[in-house]
Amino acid sequence: MSSAGPSAATLDAVAVDFDQLKFSEVSRYFGRRRALARVTFACCAGEVVALLGPNGAGKSTVLGLAATILQPSDGTIRYGGYVAAEAGAPLRSRIGMLAHELQLYPELTARENLEFFAALSGLDETRARAAAALNRAGLGDRADDLVGGFSRGMRQRVALERALLHDPRLLLLDEPFTGLDERSSAALAERLSGLRARDRIILLTTHDFEAAEAIVDRAVVLRGGRIAAMATSGDSLRERYLASLRDEVEGAR
Amino acid sequence: MRRFVRVAWLIMRKDLTVEARSRELLFTTLFFAMSIVLVFAFGFVRDGRPVENAAAGILWIAIAFAGTLALGRTFERERYHDVLHALLLAPVDRPAIYVGKLLGILALLATVEAIVVPLIALMFQAPLFRHPVLAVALLALGTTGFAAVGTLFAAMLVRARSRDVLLPVLLYPITIPVIIAGVRGTAALLQPDADLAMARMWIGMLGFFDVVFLTLSLWTFEPVMTE
Amino acid sequence: MSRRLFLPLVAVAAILFAVAPVFIAWAPYESTMGLVQKIFYFHVPSWIVMFLSAFVCGVASVVFLFKGRAQADRVAVAAAELVVVFGFIGLMTGPLWARKAWGVWWQWDARLTMALVMWMIFIAYLLLREYGGPGSEKLAAGVALFGMANVPFVYWSVNVWRTIHPTTTVVPTLVPGMRSAFWWCAVAFLLLYTAVLMARVRLETQRGELDRLYRELDD
Repeated sequence: MSSAGPSAATLDAVAVDFDQLKFSEVSRYFGRRRALARVTFACCAGEVVALLGPNGAGKSTVLGLAATILQPSDGTIRYGGYVAAEAGAPLRSRIGMLAHELQLYPELTARENLEFFAALSGLDETRARAAAALNRAGLGDRADDLVGGFSRGMRQRVALERALLHDPRLLLLDEPFTGLDERSSAALAERLSGLRARDRIILLTTHDFEAAEAIVDRAVVLRGGRIAAMATSGDSLRERYLASLRDEVEGAR
Repeated sequence: MRRFVRVAWLIMRKDLTVEARSRELLFTTLFFAMSIVLVFAFGFVRDGRPVENAAAGILWIAIAFAGTLALGRTFERERYHDVLHALLLAPVDRPAIYVGKLLGILALLATVEAIVVPLIALMFQAPLFRHPVLAVALLALGTTGFAAVGTLFAAMLVRARSRDVLLPVLLYPITIPVIIAGVRGTAALLQPDADLAMARMWIGMLGFFDVVFLTLSLWTFEPVMTE
Repeated sequence: MSRRLFLPLVAVAAILFAVAPVFIAWAPYESTMGLVQKIFYFHVPSWIVMFLSAFVCGVASVVFLFKGRAQADRVAVAAAELVVVFGFIGLMTGPLWARKAWGVWWQWDARLTMALVMWMIFIAYLLLREYGGPGSEKLAAGVALFGMANVPFVYWSVNVWRTIHPTTTVVPTLVPGMRSAFWWCAVAFLLLYTAVLMARVRLETQRGELDRLYRELDD
């Protein structure tokens, strides 16, 4: 599924772009508590990488760091050759995020939410873009209803469109399959597949192994704030994930 | 620069749209301001006559208390569903977010003051509008100073614990010069023989305060908002 | 701030404080107030140190906010605590003096009110650090910066009111006998302040070290 409409016209003529997201020895801590410990991994263009792990392993923290919302206490995060602190707003125009909280204004309509964020991203023709996005989400008829009245699935569809409005290079998704029915899951997977075909970098966290299976190229397992090795035995994603957790525990003894 | 202004305007417009739909902040802040006036009036009106300068003091207390309430609530809306992070992620100059929120709160407070100030003039028989230009300048600059610091503090407390109680705890000591200038300036205007020079002096100080603290807020907004 | 300086500092400060009463007793009586005026020798240095500490906290906060150096944050919190401590001493000694000298415990005059406001701003700073949850160090740094920027405004706005406080020019007009006692006590307070600040910063540094060791325990 290709993205309809004209390509994103961000404000900076010299647009920042990159083809790799790289975490190098990234740690994040508060006092004694370490949320992430020396995390190192990379995602390349045209890849869908899943971040797996038990609750509290630090998956959302990784996404927050990748989105430049959080800053690492140690280590560096590189976007191609760029570093977040130096690149600033132009770098952010290449990142889109679908957060767990969905980050939409419940007091505004779906259309108003999309137009607002499109305008913030410096896009032109916000009305047309918002309308097209709503149609893609299958919410054309609910465009002028307040988001507060939507179900979680519907809000997620709007939030996903918002994350993709400015055609980001890096797409971050926090548990995107949660609360989606089969059809929506399949639609989302197809959408991500299309983005992958356009050389986007996609990093997502999930607990829904079956849904992710179809789309994920690679998986990174986080446990207690560190990367655990990804086991290769077993067929399905679920089996490999469980195996890698077991191995990690055994390796620690 | 144009983009900065546009972003600030977009955010202000978004706030006003949200507010226009529910009018929650407008009504609650207005009512709260009136309640404050009433509560303090019981302390300062005796035998049917207000204590001297009561009107000036009560006016600015009402602005401070109501302003704090509105500030807390307007950022609570950004905290709900974590929308503030979506704003921070957007490819915008982050201080523009600050300016947008500030303009929104100023619009709200201006509306509230437009109703409360004449009411105070009425209830306390205080000739607040004998010198309308000076009175409006005093109110405008004073409210701006208070809101400038308040918007920054409310924004930075969004991710803190105990934010409800910490906002007034932090805001009131820092905005004491604004309150002093507001009260003394208003009192100068209310004197039977209005001391216009004094009022102008306070207005000057408020203007200076506004410039300094707006600049400081713009300067520190980004470092203070990044985790 | 070398650790080796600490003990000598404390020693010298202790000696100065031990000898101070002698100087104070030798100093001539002030004409109108008599004995009670001698509180001045501790009262004014307390305030001087308080404002110095507020300045230190402000500068350290700016460094922390814009350069992110953890050590700056440690100096900031230590300085803020000392603002509250020395401010408290000033607030205790002031009314004692005022009650005897002028008959009132408290006066809403310029300097006193400004000192009180500054004291409260730094109490607010500490409340934020204590109850604001993780990450409140940066927020507190913003508050300290705003507090510092506020000093001229608070001073100016409160100053327009009548004051019965002795005017600022009191030090140059001191009789020579009083002057030496005053400077002796001022230096004593400054050394004490520096020593306590160093100790407090060291405590924070060690806490940071301990946290780091705890974190590395997992490795």
